[in-house]
Amino acid sequence: MTGARTQHIVPAGIVLAVAIIVAWLSFTEEPTEAFLFPRIISVAFVGLAVWNMYRAAAGLARVGGGIDGRTALNVLPGLIVALAFVFFAATALGFYVAGTLTFLAIYTIYDPTPLSSLNGWVRRIIVTAVFMAVMYGLFALLLKVQTPRGMFF
Amino acid sequence: MEFLSYFGGVFEPVAMLLLLGGTVGGLILGATPGLSPTMAVALLIPFTFHLSPTHGLILLGAAYTSTVAGGAVSAILLRIPGAPANIATALDGHEMAKQGEGARALHLSFLASGIGGVIGVLLLIFLTPVLAQWALAFGPSHLFWMAILGVTLIGSLDSKSFVKGLLSGCIGLWLSTIGYDDMQGAPRFIFADALTGGINIIAALIGLFAIPQVMEMFAKGRNAAAIQAVTVTKHKLSASAKEIGQSGRALTVGTVVGSIIGLIPGVGGQIAGLVAYDQTRKLSPHKAKFGTGHPEGVIAAESANNAMVGPSLVPLLTLSIPGSPTAAVLLGGLLIHGIFPGGDLFERHPEVIWTFINSMLLGQILMVAFGIWIAASAAKIARAPMPIMAAAVLILAVFGSYSVQQSMGDVYVMLVLGIGMYALEKFGFSAAPLVLGLILGPIAEANFIQGSMIATATDGSLAYFFGGPLNIALVSLVVGSILYSFLSNRQVNTALKTVEAAE
Repeated sequence: MTGARTQHIVPAGIVLAVAIIVAWLSFTEEPTEAFLFPRIISVAFVGLAVWNMYRAAAGLARVGGGIDGRTALNVLPGLIVALAFVFFAATALGFYVAGTLTFLAIYTIYDPTPLSSLNGWVRRIIVTAVFMAVMYGLFALLLKVQTPRGMFF
Repeated sequence: MEFLSYFGGVFEPVAMLLLLGGTVGGLILGATPGLSPTMAVALLIPFTFHLSPTHGLILLGAAYTSTVAGGAVSAILLRIPGAPANIATALDGHEMAKQGEGARALHLSFLASGIGGVIGVLLLIFLTPVLAQWALAFGPSHLFWMAILGVTLIGSLDSKSFVKGLLSGCIGLWLSTIGYDDMQGAPRFIFADALTGGINIIAALIGLFAIPQVMEMFAKGRNAAAIQAVTVTKHKLSASAKEIGQSGRALTVGTVVGSIIGLIPGVGGQIAGLVAYDQTRKLSPHKAKFGTGHPEGVIAAESANNAMVGPSLVPLLTLSIPGSPTAAVLLGGLLIHGIFPGGDLFERHPEVIWTFINSMLLGQILMVAFGIWIAASAAKIARAPMPIMAAAVLILAVFGSYSVQQSMGDVYVMLVLGIGMYALEKFGFSAAPLVLGLILGPIAEANFIQGSMIATATDGSLAYFFGGPLNIALVSLVVGSILYSFLSNRQVNTALKTVEAAE
């Protein structure tokens, strides 16, 4: 089995599993009337997911190049920062402090300027501060959105 | 000529300010590679929440119009289409820029966009009320089939793989059922607290369109190649205007093709520019010049892109079926303001809808003026470093989705859907049908339930949902769209196999 085929089988399998769970819940949960529409959808969902799985297993899935190792390695640091921001830092530290740290972290991780460059750090800090000031002005002052304050704000 | 009586609303100070802001902001966002018009409109929706429906729609309409045109800036100067709709523009536009005619290409692009755009909006003005009158005859069964048709059309025509397109539509329809059922109040598929209130459309739109683009930027890594822009030298605007006047063939083909493609529900603007470019090349006596910096290529592609914008809203406003993915996001914007598209839309909200449409007409003219003025500066912004763009879009997505209901649950849903969509896109799934399923799901379900009740009291479900000429026509269209896509896919696969065998 080729790597490309395996790459297509994994997501096709996940989609099929989700379709089966949705169908199972739609046909077993009560009241029946509330699940009438989900039942119709789930039948089409399972049918298409099976077809998609067959195409992936037979090596007929040609659309989508999948995720190679290099792409995954590049995405991973940014993804971890994004997840930490949303699921932990935003409520623990406060939206604006967490947002500032996230912006700076992503900028630093993906900035090709060497980490040893002082100019690079100055530029990153200034850009982050300006961007977050705009965000504060837009959301806190203009739109009056009450964001979680956490430990700071 | 009812629309003329609502023109005053566009010239109110707040409306004008939003129109200007949306136009200039849209041009800059459109010129920025990686930021698609769909994503730009999705990110703007939370801001419209704090505006009146009219003002909110004016902002979204201006952004929709100008992001499509703004995409030409990076296509011409950087050879990176700002949006998929600008792919054809890059073919000749960038060649012109390399030959020192960047300013001329930008002028032609914005003038052609403006002319195509104005004609497209005029079509919207004159066709929508006619179609709306026709749509008044629709009952629950017809509206149910229309919603399903919207999902199957965009699922089968907008995706490279029709199975995955339809699957995306199914996933969207299923996601729309999460939360408490409207009729019984029964909980459905609530796997986490964040899903108790169902999936908020705006948070979902932001996640599905913004997060995959952020991750796409992450995927380029630390050493993403620096973008090189071509230097722009001045060119007389009057000479460009004269040239546009002499390019009737390219302009006509572009505008006609763009308008027709815009009117077809689900097809979208991605292909309008390419089809118009191809048709103009076929009809031109200078076929060989295309691809080498021929102005007709730029004019045809750009007039088609913007001519598509107005007509893409005709099926949206009358039948709830968006003509393009960006129009699908705009549908979300309409719904959060309590405006439900349909036959009686012009009777229920004439002021909102006519002012919105009129603002799009004025927006086309502003787009041309500001586009030509800021094009060179927009190119500088378009070269903004990728890490800044990625961080800025992520933070904006988080703040934007939180601000809709001030709920962290929406932020969690936004991020999870976005990450999931990125993975699915890598395997050929498409966000547009998923979003359409999510938006049209409640409309389909409400009409299905209503239709089922009527069917129980009358001739039964089979006769109610499949009987009558309109039901038969709609079901035929649903089946036809799937079959057409299936056969086209098969044809492509056979051709691919032949090529592989030959190699």
